[in-house]
This record gives sequence, structure tokens and C-alpha cells, in this order.
Amino acid sequence: MTSARRRSYGVKGAPYAFLVPSTILFALFFALPIGYAVWLSLHKVQVKGLGLGADARREVWAGFENYAGALTDSEFVAGALRVLGYGAIVVPVMLGLALVLALMLDSEKVRLAPFTRLAIFLPYAIPGVVAALLWGFLYLPDVSPFSFVLQRLGLPQPDLLDGGGLYAALSNIAVWGGTGFNMIVIYTSLRAIPAEVYEAAKLDGATPLQIALRIKIPMVAPSLVLTFFFSIIATLQVFSEPTTLKPLTNSVSTTWSPLMKVYQDAFGKGDIHAAAAGAVIIAVATLVLSFGFLRAANSRSKQEEAR
Amino acid sequence: MSSLAVDKVDPAVGAAPGAAQGPPLRRRVALVPTLTLLLGAVYCLLPVAWVVIAATKSGSELFSTFTFLPGTGFTENLSDLNAYREGIYWQWMGNSALYAGLGALLSTAVSAISGYALAIYRFRGRETVFNVLMAGVLMPPVILAIPQYLLLAKVDLADTYWSVLLPLILSPYGVYLSRIYAAAAVPGDVVEAGRMDGAGEWRIFTRVALPMMVPGLVTVFLFQFVAVWNNFLLPYIMLSDDEKFPITLGLFTLLEQGANTPALYTLVITGALLAVIPLIALFLVIQRFWSLDLLSGAVKS
Repeated sequence: MTSARRRSYGVKGAPYAFLVPSTILFALFFALPIGYAVWLSLHKVQVKGLGLGADARREVWAGFENYAGALTDSEFVAGALRVLGYGAIVVPVMLGLALVLALMLDSEKVRLAPFTRLAIFLPYAIPGVVAALLWGFLYLPDVSPFSFVLQRLGLPQPDLLDGGGLYAALSNIAVWGGTGFNMIVIYTSLRAIPAEVYEAAKLDGATPLQIALRIKIPMVAPSLVLTFFFSIIATLQVFSEPTTLKPLTNSVSTTWSPLMKVYQDAFGKGDIHAAAAGAVIIAVATLVLSFGFLRAANSRSKQEEAR
Repeated sequence: MSSLAVDKVDPAVGAAPGAAQGPPLRRRVALVPTLTLLLGAVYCLLPVAWVVIAATKSGSELFSTFTFLPGTGFTENLSDLNAYREGIYWQWMGNSALYAGLGALLSTAVSAISGYALAIYRFRGRETVFNVLMAGVLMPPVILAIPQYLLLAKVDLADTYWSVLLPLILSPYGVYLSRIYAAAAVPGDVVEAGRMDGAGEWRIFTRVALPMMVPGLVTVFLFQFVAVWNNFLLPYIMLSDDEKFPITLGLFTLLEQGANTPALYTLVITGALLAVIPLIALFLVIQRFWSLDLLSGAVKS
């Protein structure tokens, strides 16, 4: 068996043979679906007569009609704006918290670090749907401990599941779920900084805060950039959290985020061509934003090096 | 050693000025960081603590007693959950275990062999193959899931176990980690020595390289397990038969029905508690094996 295999591809052929499974899977589950989505987005269904009979429904070339439709669709655009607002809260707050907590973990003489590290990382293990479900109940005025306390104090109780409060409610779920993971990523790169780097600063009497701002943060900048990059991609794809909150409140519409709108187009209205165009737009917008950020970050760090 | 279990030894303790008074510095606690971290921990544990307590409440207690006051209905809630639609809840748990367990296993196997090939061999097109695979990590799931559904529907595989398993086997991130790990853990001369002994490439991979890659592959497996277990979008799009639902989708449909019949809320809450227990347990047991240094190495390079 082994010798036969060896004869059949040898050292030269081995890497190609080893890469067969991933290549096939990539072709079937990445390349083909993306190509199909693009193809669908450029076509539409033409109905002849009453739409009865075998040949009555044909897929014809539509050009950019579906794209124009999506981009002028007020629901889609409103959803995109909502998600941009949501992302503008989630990404900075989550990563700011992750950075602060990572620096705290890395500081000297901190107590209970192993316990708190694990506790803060724990939400990573909890599915987004369950996280949204748990927080959703904690937001319900009848159940919420916050409402209970505010009520006892005679203070007004904001409705977190309505209006502007909804952004805070949804952002909180994402921040809760994502902070720990990002904290661990940043913390791990903090640990990789050799101690000698701080020694000189310490001898010069630098405070822990100065060391954090001037030495630690610049040294972990590459992991900060990458956590930003991946957080932008994940945030713009938000789907399961608002979908899960929907049964608990009327203020999450079926098209709250662009992705929910795409789902509605495909499975609610059965218009897969419009859905495909929407999906392509979201994908392109995500890539443009995330790579735009990466470029901006890189050019800035180059400028700093030049100085 | 995973970074989750590392503690910093500080040689400079006691050397700072102002240490003359009070207890030796070694015993002193940095208050601000410790308190901040404790606050963070409380925030992260709050919903988990809530679900543990809420699961003990009966339907009437849920909306009438103080949130963090334990109730009296836990066993009743459990038996209600067991009885709900002839125990479909456990079917969902079993499905999730199947999707996540088998999916992560297959995914790790594919990642291992691809990562090994990309790390050890020099061949034409290596970087191209790698870059194309990596582009997959940037593809938003949405642009994949809907056409995947339509294509699988064409070959009659939509709404089957395969429709949730197959699209998640190739994990670009897993290939990435495996490549980095193989490059670090499998020395080139070991592979060369295997060839001198007349072993075939496949034999060298399975007998020599694979055992060396195990710690990295555990990480790949766990990441993929969590990713599949927590996935919602793909099964939501693919499945309509609730016998095949994973737990995330099952709980969601339960919650959706609960909007009309609040009696189901206690089931949702008890179900949510039982659904997070296996993952938290897994998490606590294996956190010492998690090679998070590998993760940050991946981020850095």
C-alpha cells in the first residue's frame, strides 16, 4: 500500500495529493457558491403570460438591475445604516475593553488573574443565540434585575428593547460575547514582549501607566489591528442576535440588519436574485471597509516608523 | 503550556521606592487592575448566574419574584423539557454533538494534511494555493450560505445532515493554524530521515509528523467544535425539519413559539442552561490544553 502510493506520486507529487481534499472542498463550498451568487445577482426571472407551463419562467440577463434595486431599496439602506451605527459602538467598545483588561492582566501584583481571565473568556463558549436569549430576558422589564432596582429607587426605567435603547442592548450582547476572546489574543501578545524591554523604563521611574501607553500598546499594535480587522467583518454580518431578540420585542423588524433583509428576500419573498445581489453587496462592502481599515492602519504605522 | 495558566514571576518586587513602610510589596495587591478584572468577571458571569437561577423558577415565579431569588420549579422544568414533543430537546443536543463533533474531526483531518503539505514541501503554486484558501476566511458567511443552500437543493441535499456538515469541513483558519504549527513542530530533517529509511510520504505524515502535530491539532479541533456548535446562520438556512435541528436552532424556535405562549419561556430558559453546560464543562476541562500562544503567533505573522 505504502510503496504503491509512493511510486504513484513520490516526493514531488505528494503535496498535490495531500492538497486534494481541501481543493475539492474549496471548489465545491467556496468558489462555486460565490460564482453562483454572482451569476444569480446578474439575472432575473422573466415570466411569460400567466407564468404557467414548463417554459413560462425563464432566467434572463438582468445586468445591474438587481444591484440598483437593492441600493435604492429604503429598507436595505436603512438596515445598512443601522448596522454601521451598531458597528461603530461595538468594535471600539469591545476592543477598548479587551485592551484594558489585557493590560490589567499583564500588570504586576494583580490578584485572582487566572480566575478572572477564565471568567471573562467564558462567553466565547456560549452560542450567540443563547447569549442573545439570556440578555433578552435580562432586558425584559418584568424579569430584569436592573428594572427592579431602578423601580425600588423610584427612578425611571429605560426600555432597552425599543428605540435607541435597542442599539445599546444589541451592542452589549456583542461586547459581552467578544471581549474575552480578543482580550486573550491581546494578552498573549503582551506576554510575548520580553521583560528586558520594560527594565530600562522602570529604572527611569516610568509609571505602569506610562509603560502601558508608551511601550506595551505600541508593541501589541499588530494584534490590535488584526482584532479590529476581524471584528469589523464579524460585526457587519450580524444576524443571529437581532433575529433572536425579535420574538421578545416588536421593535426588531424582519429586515433590521442587511443580512436579515437578504434572508427575507430569499426565503420570505422567494426572490433569490435580489437576495444574491444583496449578499454580494454586503460581502463587497465588508471587504472594502475591513481592507480599507487595514490599509489605513498600515500606512499610519509606516509613517510612524519614518519619523 | 497554554497562556491561560502562566503567571508572571516578578524579580523586581520590593525594589521600588516607597516600599519601606507597610507590608512587603510582594504581598501587596495592585488594587485598580484587580478590581477592574473582578468587575469584568462579574459582568461576564452575570447572565450565566441568571440562567442558573432562572431555571429553578416555575412559570409564575419567573415574572413575579426577584430575578436573583431561586425558585422551586427546577425538577418540574426539567421534566417539562423532557416531555416537550417527546424529548425533541435531547434530539437537538444529539444533533449538535454530531454536527460539532464529526464536523470538527473531519475539519481537523483536512486542516492537518493541508497544513502539513503547505508547511513541509516546496512546490510550484504553494503560495498561490495558500492564498486562495486564505481568501476563504475573509468571505462573509452570507455570500456562501444562500448559494450553498440553492446548490445543495439542486442535488437534493438541502435539509439533510450533510447540508450542515459538509460546508463547514474546510476551515481556512484551521489550515492556517495547522500550517504554522507543522512548520514549528515538524523538523525538516525528521522528514528527511524518514525518507532515508525508505518510508513513503503518506507513512511519514501519519506515523512521524501527525503525532508531533497533536497539540496544535487539539486547538484546531476545539476552535472548530465551538464554531460549529455555535453556528446559527447555516442550519437556519439549510434545515426545515426540526428533527435535524441543532440546539441553537431548536432553542430559537422554542423562543419564537414562546412569544405566543409564555408558558414555554421556562422551557427556553431551562433548555438554555442545559445547552451551555456541555460547552462550559468542555471549556473548563480543556482550557489547559488550549494552545493560545499558537493563536497569537498566528496573529503576529
